[in-house]
Amino acid sequence: MATAPTAHAIAGEVAAGDRSAEATCREALARIEAAAALNAFITVDADRALARAIEIDRRRAAGVPLGPLAGVPLAVKDNICVRGMRTTAASKILDRFTPPYDATVITRLEAADAVVVGKTNCDEFGMGSSNENSAYGAVTNPWAPDRVPGGSSGGSAAAVAAGCVPLALGSETGGSIRQPAAFCGVVGVKPTYGRVSRYGLLAFASSLDQVGPVGRTVADAALGLQAMAGADPQDATAAAEPVPDLAAALTGSIEGLRIGVPRGMFAASVDDGVRAAFEAALGALRGLGATVVDVALPHARYAVPVYYLVATAEASSNLARYDGVKYGHRAALDATEGPDTMFSRTRDEGFGAEVKRRIMLGTYVLSTGYYDAFYLKAQQVRTLLRRDYDEAFATVDAVAMPTSPVPPFRLGERTGTPLQMYLADIFTVSANLAGLPAISVPCGFAEADGRRLPVGLQLTGRMFDEPTLLRIGDTYERATDWHAARPA
Amino acid sequence: MSSDLTTADVERIAALAQLELTDAETRLFTKQLAEILAYARQVQALDTGGVPATAHVGPAAGLERPDEPRDSLSTNDALANAPDPAPKAGLFRVPRVIGG
Repeated sequence: MATAPTAHAIAGEVAAGDRSAEATCREALARIEAAAALNAFITVDADRALARAIEIDRRRAAGVPLGPLAGVPLAVKDNICVRGMRTTAASKILDRFTPPYDATVITRLEAADAVVVGKTNCDEFGMGSSNENSAYGAVTNPWAPDRVPGGSSGGSAAAVAAGCVPLALGSETGGSIRQPAAFCGVVGVKPTYGRVSRYGLLAFASSLDQVGPVGRTVADAALGLQAMAGADPQDATAAAEPVPDLAAALTGSIEGLRIGVPRGMFAASVDDGVRAAFEAALGALRGLGATVVDVALPHARYAVPVYYLVATAEASSNLARYDGVKYGHRAALDATEGPDTMFSRTRDEGFGAEVKRRIMLGTYVLSTGYYDAFYLKAQQVRTLLRRDYDEAFATVDAVAMPTSPVPPFRLGERTGTPLQMYLADIFTVSANLAGLPAISVPCGFAEADGRRLPVGLQLTGRMFDEPTLLRIGDTYERATDWHAARPA
Repeated sequence: MSSDLTTADVERIAALAQLELTDAETRLFTKQLAEILAYARQVQALDTGGVPATAHVGPAAGLERPDEPRDSLSTNDALANAPDPAPKAGLFRVPRVIGG
């Protein structure tokens, strides 16, 4: 398959009248069809997408100025509401849910003239690191059909990697944009907590959740983020912080920037191929004029247990709303059965195993006798972790780590032991716990079974300092060819 | 605090979480949750005396908006996804709660 155009190229050409949004949309739909074996989409709405694209062409013909994403096909993770388009969160409990409203990110991206083509597969309610926890089947990695695409935004990352769309929306609670972006060889951005509205994002853990873009280039991810970021009266956690010009941040120079590496975290658990690609990336950043120094994040080694205590506690509360009353699945009941049976049977039938496991864990750590020892303790260690980052950012502009300690693993390899799956999140979850922005960019490949498996370089920055992260990622991308490599 | 999670614990949590688990699920979750909790227990070794718990990570200033009436979902839209709507009454129908 020929390399698909970038979002930048599409928007520029559509706005200039050199490209039809309708033809671009038809091409994306054909690519989605051709890549059906990946199972990256749960819902494709061709009619709606084509109608929007045709309307964009009509406005262009009438001389009406178009938005910055004119005619750009956009795939949306299936836990983000699009009015009138089935939204399942990859859960049976929402199998027939059709949102009566748009998420703010959708309103903004459509106002920028992006064209939503469909909803991407993911781990149920965002709970997973492999996309195997979906009621609609696993997604496969475009680079290796026997391997996972990462999760939870696995469908979004796979759809971008396979060239179905140039831009997709993912969501993160603990690495769910960055890790699949790394596994699929694309760019993923987890914005600062509060940078992007969550109105219309189905809640998993509200102190951690963020929506962010997935693209093939840093510039495309920046274009998407620019269009959706900023305060929102519908979401009190969307920060009033002004959104800087992200395109202007891509200066192509990182001369003088200081990048910290927390080597203390890399014990024996990092795969050799990942380590080699990461060290080579650090060398490239040095060659581009950055200073690379060691930093200590002494509490980052506790990030996984803290994350799974905090996130599950919040999930147990957020997911209490799925009770079979207002929307979603309701279990069949006989005349003698009352509301309690309705609640518990509906939830047993509707939720998958991982969601139940996390609700159980979260309920346990919030319950009497365990709250102080687990939940409160975790929130205190979270404070220590945030202080570690504050200290690090007093001397460096960004912290670099591999996005994942391992390359994409085999389908089924970790599903039997949830703890093993959780441990792979070691490098991503601390940014969520601290609310910091972070980006994953392709930085090479690890070899396994004679296949090339993508590796991601992760950069974490100060609160609201997406510009520096995008600048480093873009400068690195200009100096390397990894982002241009495509799966066979 | 007991160090091992029992099936009775899991049954108690399932009831709190309003989940009706099968026996097989109860057995599996007992083993898996015990493993996860044993791992998570490492945080208890840290001295956190005097360390405040993180409540939220966003900017401290709360966001406010004018307290004015705004459009909201219509009753029909709100009922459109209900498993058992009563549109004429404008209500969600549920099994009998009182005097069943």
